[in-house]
Parts: sequence; structure tokens; C-alpha cells
Amino acid sequence: MAEVAVENVTKRFGTLKALDNVTIDFPDGGFFGLLGPSGSGKTTLLRTIAGFIFTDDGTIRIGSKSVEQIPVEKREIGMMFQNYALFPNMSVADNVGFGLRVRKVSLAEERRRVGEALELVQLGQHSNRKPHQLSGGQRQRVALARAIVTNPRVLLLDEPLSALDKSLRVDMQIELKRIQREIGITTIFVTHDQEEALTLSDKIGILRAGRMVQAGPPREVYNNPTDVFTASFLGEANILEGAVDGNSLRLTDGDAIPIPKGLKTGATFAVRPENISITTEEPTERDTPKIQARLKQRVFAGAMATCILDRNGSTFKVISRDRDLPQLPEGGPVWLSWEPEHTITIPN
Amino acid sequence: MSTLILKRLGKIWLALILFFLYAPILVMAFMSFNDSQYYQLPFEFSLRWYQDLAGNSEIIAAATRSVLIALITTIIATTLGTAASVALFRFEFKGKRILQVLLFPPIAIPWLITGTAMLIFFFGIGLGRGTPSVIIGHVALALPYVIVVVTARLATFDATLEEAARSLGANSWTVTRRVTLPWITPGIIAGALFAFAVSFDQFVVSYFLSEPGDSTLPVLIYTAIRKGFTPEINAISTIIITISMAVMLIAARFSNFGGER
Repeated sequence: MAEVAVENVTKRFGTLKALDNVTIDFPDGGFFGLLGPSGSGKTTLLRTIAGFIFTDDGTIRIGSKSVEQIPVEKREIGMMFQNYALFPNMSVADNVGFGLRVRKVSLAEERRRVGEALELVQLGQHSNRKPHQLSGGQRQRVALARAIVTNPRVLLLDEPLSALDKSLRVDMQIELKRIQREIGITTIFVTHDQEEALTLSDKIGILRAGRMVQAGPPREVYNNPTDVFTASFLGEANILEGAVDGNSLRLTDGDAIPIPKGLKTGATFAVRPENISITTEEPTERDTPKIQARLKQRVFAGAMATCILDRNGSTFKVISRDRDLPQLPEGGPVWLSWEPEHTITIPN
Repeated sequence: MSTLILKRLGKIWLALILFFLYAPILVMAFMSFNDSQYYQLPFEFSLRWYQDLAGNSEIIAAATRSVLIALITTIIATTLGTAASVALFRFEFKGKRILQVLLFPPIAIPWLITGTAMLIFFFGIGLGRGTPSVIIGHVALALPYVIVVVTARLATFDATLEEAARSLGANSWTVTRRVTLPWITPGIIAGALFAFAVSFDQFVVSYFLSEPGDSTLPVLIYTAIRKGFTPEINAISTIIITISMAVMLIAARFSNFGGER
């Protein structure tokens, strides 16, 4: 196990900067998610750490060793691929044992370690099957066993759960986390599923256009996004813009909402949809930020409901428990309000 | 009603095609078992032309030479062709597209022209005629076939398997041997059989490049026909056709003409 550090890494493909001066560290034993829209460079970063791609600039360290010049096969990594990439001509046991055979481990030890790895992923009884005889979830477990059986220093997962259907995915998230905790291996995974990233990660890194926009514990990044992109990419956000006027924010249409003290210059504010309450009456508390809007649509989704609102042409979104919502007139005026601490300040 | 007629016509058409393709061959095979030297009927079964053949040291020597040349060609062309296919599959490099395109015209260029060009070239570099020239020529002819067949098989190969193997610590030789080759083996076998057939059946290039008295079987047959046709030729031709068709059928079985098995 080892810490992984990426420092000022740049990678160009032609004129495109796939990675632009990226810095992030992954402390020993943690579970880390790299998140971003497609083309953001998250997969490039993972493949650069793996060694499939060599950097143009910058340092990558695994443990205390710089690895930029070391090819994949010498980096002592374990990697799980999106399509699992199991060897179709080999049995489950041979797939898992591949990395051990390459390392010329004795047959007895190979058997023992393959058995342990398959036990860990709860697939002990299927070792003689061929990959095409397994279900999607089982293949994933084989791929995971194969990636960890060699005791790699770091485990890299490329969209590990995207090929599974939704119910299986949630089970596998729990399973993945259990296995990662059990062996304590530093794990970095790439996903475009923000919920998955929030659920699994001790720390997430958000990439956009090759840059590391923000990195930190999921809760911190979610609650304190440093820019509008992060705010609206990780979860959803209603964005408010205007000019600071004393202790309030004067919105472009003239309304004012109270803001944290001490903020002087202009700023952008965001409010999460789940933090907004909808009322038909104007809230009376003085410090409560509140604005008026028109209800456009109320979408029922079981326990939760989503309301789409319009305020002078800009759209607002509110998510709340369906039973907490009052009878609301569709198309009618309503009040949106939230606790002052739920106003997220995004520094410009 | 009209579709029924069309279907019938289609079947007749197919029958005619098969007839014109195979009738001459069947007649020849048939006559190789006929006792008469002058194709006289009624048919009298005899193996005398095959017996004559067995006693004809010139033909046996040419046949042996043909098989040896075909085997050597197969080994060289299959090895080079497979290596080239894997390289074209694995690497991106400058001029790759052009190289890929350049691999195909040799299949279309008439062998007469290829043969002439090779003859001029081999004399130009001082190699001249002879078995080495024949082998080099055959390899050049067979190579595109091997590359086409192996590449078709590689197109069904998942490149992330190579990445997975590398991530598990395998160097590129191990990756090739343990992961890539097992997958493309059917393609390699099919390519090898094609290479063998191209070489073994080759007349034009062999005729241009082989030395008199050192000719391959097709060249010997051609020379023999010019001197005077004997049913011995029918016999040896029947043997060649049987071998060639067997090889092609096996090749088709393995390559499935590029499809998934």
C-alpha cells in the first residue's frame, strides 16, 4: 500500500491539453473518486497514474518513488477495467492467477492466494468457470479479485460499476467499500456518477477541461464549492447573482436577500434544491433569505417531489419530501425560503 | 407466382455456375482414371497414369520442391504477416494508413506484371533466378493474404485485454503469447493455409523466377503440356486440386471469412 501523489502533471494530445497542471494527492489507504463530465480528463488522469499514458510534465509518485518513467507492468498497480477485460480463454482461477504466474509464484502459493482472493469477493465456488458463464456482477468480482491478488500498491478502477444495473450497483458499492476497507489498499476510481463518487469516496477530485477544479472530502466539496461549475456539477444548485449592498445581496430584479456579514465585493451564491422550502405565505422571520417565484411544474417521484419554478425567466429547482409540500397552485406565486447558512458563497 | 419463377431461375443460374466451374475439373479427374491415352470412351478404370506418375522422378522432384517451397513460404509469410498485423493493431505511427493501403494492391496486380517486375529486380540486385528468388517472390505474394486474414481476426479482439495483462505485470512478449496469440490463432492458421495455397498453386511468378531444371510442379506441368499432353498431367492435376481444395476448405473453416466463430 502506498500514498499516490500527482504534482503539476500536464499531458497534451496534439494541441489539446488533456491534463493541465493537475495536482492532487491520495493518502495511503483511502478511497478516492475522480469525477467530471466526459472529456474532462478524469480517465486520462487514471491512465496516467496506471502508466498507460506518459506525462509531458510533472511528477507522479507511488509511495516514495517517482514513476513517470516506469511502464505499466513495473508499476505494481492493480486495475479494473470498465468492461472487466477478463481473458476469455482462461477460467476464473486462471484469470485471477495471471498476475501471480507472470511473477513466477509457485503453483501451490498461486492456488492459495487465488483461493483467498476469490473468497474475499465471495466467488470461491466458481473458480473453474469461464468468464462467459458468469453474470455481470460475478465478472466484476473476478476482475476485482484479479486486480488485488498481486498485492498492488494502488488499486485503480475505471468506471467500476457503470456496466451493472441499478440495484446491483448499490450492492456492489457497499461490497467494494467493504473489500477496500478489509485490505486497506489505496484506491482511486473514475466515475461520471456523482452519487457514486459521494457515496464511496473519502476524498473526491473534480475535473473539468483537464484541470483539477476542486478536491476534498465529499461533504466539504458539496457544501463549499469553489466555483459555479462544481456547485452545479456535484449535485444541483440554484444560482443567484447580484451586487452586494451592505449585508444583503441586491438581485438584478431589485429583491434583496440577507448574506453572511463581511462580504464586500460581488459574489455568486448558490442554494441546493433540497434546502429550499416552498410556502404560499411570505415567511415572517427577518433573517430568512426569501424570494418569490412561480410554480411551473411539480413532478411526483414517490417519496420525493421536484418542483420547477420560474423567477423572471430564470429557473429554480426545489426538491423536498412530497408530503411536506403544501397544496400548491400550479402557475401561481409562491415563496422560496431557506436557512441563512444554506446560502453557499462562491468566491469569484 | 412470379417469385416462384424467380426462385427457380435462381436455382438454375446457380446450377449453371457450379457446372461451368466444376465440370472441366471433374472431366479431368475422371479422365485421369481412364485407361485410354486419347480420351477414348467407353471409360475403362485404370490407375496406370498414377502408377506412371509414381515412376516419374522429374515430377516427384518438382512436387517435393513445390511442397518445400510452399512450407518455407508459409512459415516466413505467416510469421511476418502475423507480426505486421499485431503491430498495425497495437501501434499508431506516422504513415500507418498509407502502409495499410499499400498492402492491398499486390493482391490485385496481375501476377504476370509482378513476376516481370520481380525478375528484373532480382537480376538488378544480382540474385537472379533460383529457389531463393522463388521463395522471396512467394512470400511477397502471400504476405497480404496473411495480413488480411489475421487483421480480420484481430478486429474482434478487445484491446483492453492487453492493457489488463500489462497492468498485471506482463511484459509485451508475455502479453502477446498469453493473451493476443490465443485469440488470433484461428486467423493465423487460416492465414498460413492461404499462404500455402498461394505458393503451392503459384505458376506465373515461379515460371519467371525458377531456373530451368529446377522448376516447381505447376511450371513442370506447363512445360509438359507444351511438349505433348499426357493423362499423367490429369493425374497430377487431380492430386493438386484435391490438396488445394482441402487446404482452402480448412482455411475457410478457421477464418470463417473474417466472421466470429
